[in-house]
Amino acid sequence: MAIKDYLRQRFFPHIWCPGCGHGIVLSSLLHAVEELGLAKNDIVMTSGIGCSARISGYVDFHSLHTLHGRALAFATGVKLAKPALNLLVPMGDGDALAIGGNHFIHAARRNINITAIVMNNRIYGMTGGQFSPLSGCGKRATTAPFLTIDQEFDVVKLAKAAGASFVARSTTYHAKESTLYLKKAIMHKGFSVVEILSQCPTHYGRKNKEGDAPDMLELYKDTTAKLGSKALEKNPDLIPRGIFVEEERGEYCEEYDKLVDKAMGGAR
Amino acid sequence: MAKQKLKELVINGDWCKGCGICIKFCPTQVLELDRQDRCIAVRPEDCICCKMCELRCPDLAIEVITEKGEGGDHEK
Ligand code: SF4
Ligand code: SF4
Ligand code: SF4
Repeated sequence: MAIKDYLRQRFFPHIWCPGCGHGIVLSSLLHAVEELGLAKNDIVMTSGIGCSARISGYVDFHSLHTLHGRALAFATGVKLAKPALNLLVPMGDGDALAIGGNHFIHAARRNINITAIVMNNRIYGMTGGQFSPLSGCGKRATTAPFLTIDQEFDVVKLAKAAGASFVARSTTYHAKESTLYLKKAIMHKGFSVVEILSQCPTHYGRKNKEGDAPDMLELYKDTTAKLGSKALEKNPDLIPRGIFVEEERGEYCEEYDKLVDKAMGGAR
Repeated sequence: MAKQKLKELVINGDWCKGCGICIKFCPTQVLELDRQDRCIAVRPEDCICCKMCELRCPDLAIEVITEKGEGGDHEK
């Protein structure tokens, strides 16, 4: 099937700004789904609120555009009711880790078979460029005219500590790599997190003088390095990309099924 | 990887927003913006079918169609 067949083409061109990274994440995700040969009817996408969350309107899967930060809670409900479906949950950085921080850590802890995608542009785009818990120190935002003093979360470390059994990071510059990690994440049985650094040229880029969208992609190329690479060894300040966690652990729906069997004493 | 031959570079002018990402990173300078700031293929004969323009276009406006199979890898 062609990528376009997975889109609700009637809503295109999409609402995102010229050069917005979220469109590249959408493309990587669709390439992953296409390469895996998944059927549209076997996929459910839930999303929360924000520029990122518009993504669920554009895909021709089952979709739920839900409450701010609660996309994972809705996905958990769907997955427990229909464990055979593939759950894809793209979220913005604020959606995933500020408003939805609790849902995020607990979904990871349970190791429920859901693919969470953190589209990290380090800012609240839709509401006008407020800083987020992923902005980091020394960044300019509408709510930080004198620069931020807040430390940021490291999505990879947080997901790992909370118990996610697959954790990877890439960027929109590395679209092919993102597609590969998304494929692995979707195939992984358990809670998987893929963080994709995604440019917001309109707010984050402009306020922090990172240039236009192509310049911001160039920065992703220059400021990141593959896990285990010489470049990363020489310069630990680079942001590591790669697969950080990939392990087998009891999956929540399966454990629940076992529990039901036990409680029924084999009468099921 | 076997060399790919380009069949067609399909660019959807109604979806393209002229961000310039595909143009900046095309390894063989195949693409340019026209006077309406829409992407066009000016040197399709130079295309090496790496498909990076298709993968990086935020507006899903490009499709690289090859004679057969997948394109090469030019991401690194
Ligand atoms: S405001 Fe930023 S995140 Fe939102 S659509 Fe525009 S570029 Fe994308
Ligand atoms: S496929 Fe590669 S070489 Fe061909 S136009 Fe796209 S980026 Fe350029
Ligand atoms: S990357 Fe896509 S939207 Fe941007 S200029 Fe190229 S075709 Fe147009």
